[in-house]
Amino acid sequence: MAGNAQESIVEEDGSILAHAEEMVRAIKEGDEEQIKSMLEYISLAREGGLYNEVGKMARQLHDAMDTFCQETRIDELAEDAIPDARTRLRHVITLTQNSADRSLTAVENTLPKCDSLSGRIDELGKSWQNFKKREMSVEQFRELSTSLEVFFVEAEKETGDIRNGLNEIMMAQDFQDLTGQIITRVIELVEEVEGNLVDLVRLTGERLVNPYEKKEKTEKSGVEAEGPQVPGAASKTAVSGQDEVDDLLSSLGF
Amino acid sequence: MNKEMKILIVDDFSTMRRIIKNLLRDLGYTNTQEADDGLTALPVLQGGGFDFLVTDWNMPGMQGIDLLKAVRADASLASLPVLMVTAEQKREQIVEAAEAGVNGYIVKPFTAQTLKEKIDKIFERIEAGS
Repeated sequence: MAGNAQESIVEEDGSILAHAEEMVRAIKEGDEEQIKSMLEYISLAREGGLYNEVGKMARQLHDAMDTFCQETRIDELAEDAIPDARTRLRHVITLTQNSADRSLTAVENTLPKCDSLSGRIDELGKSWQNFKKREMSVEQFRELSTSLEVFFVEAEKETGDIRNGLNEIMMAQDFQDLTGQIITRVIELVEEVEGNLVDLVRLTGERLVNPYEKKEKTEKSGVEAEGPQVPGAASKTAVSGQDEVDDLLSSLGF
Repeated sequence: MNKEMKILIVDDFSTMRRIIKNLLRDLGYTNTQEADDGLTALPVLQGGGFDFLVTDWNMPGMQGIDLLKAVRADASLASLPVLMVTAEQKREQIVEAAEAGVNGYIVKPFTAQTLKEKIDKIFERIEAGS
């Protein structure tokens, strides 16, 4: 179809020349009717060519957008994939929060048991020293003996509880596997969207301002919160850890 | 150092507040309260009775750095010791916090030992200064 349009322009170019010559002749002869008629023909032919070109461009753009949409599943991305990714990331927050709470609860339940065990060991240890120094009556020794028996039973149970607490903390780390998989998928999605955006920018030509330049201009001045530095993408002015923070602060008189 | 001192912990993540609360309790400081950003923390501080503020930087609402500035600008709170515990670790940020009058700066992730050292140092300096 585009080929036909091209031919018709060439064909008309030949007839345009004939009509132009006819118009020159008409001007010489002062034939106003004929001048008007020839002028009209030439301008119509010219407009026809222009419309053909615009039509061609519109079709090309339409085809390119069609192919773009088919190849990039842009609809699916906008309607499903992005909201889905949002949900997945929220889920990561939930999983990590649950894990942290579970671990902290286990720590809060386990620490008092450690404290109470260590308190009783301390007490029994003192009594035992008294016994060794023979500073103990028979009555006191019987008491120590009973206390020791009770302690052995309780210590057995409480070290079991501590062990369970530690196991609970270990099991609470199972979120890592799940969140790792979820985040990997989201990274893949982001890469796909990034590729599509680059294609779209290429498709619409150079009329667009470079998005990176634009972003730099709108960036706020002054000190803004940035969140944690990500390894491999850390800011050049970021410190590497607490030691550097301490050095910097001490250079400021802290 | 006064183990009974009243401490406000400000962080938007409850997990981090909980970790700091547990670490402080381990160090013997049991009198703690929590707030989830600067906007909620400031009225609590202005209510009075707090001896120490531990705050994050990056929070919705009012950020930690702005909370610090608001504290220093409030005559009744101006001398409150402030420890910043944050993932923000750019030099210009640390300098900004120092200029705003922070007493200590800890970057996340941190250890119980670091928290203890910084708190000890803050109160040693205050006692030496007074």
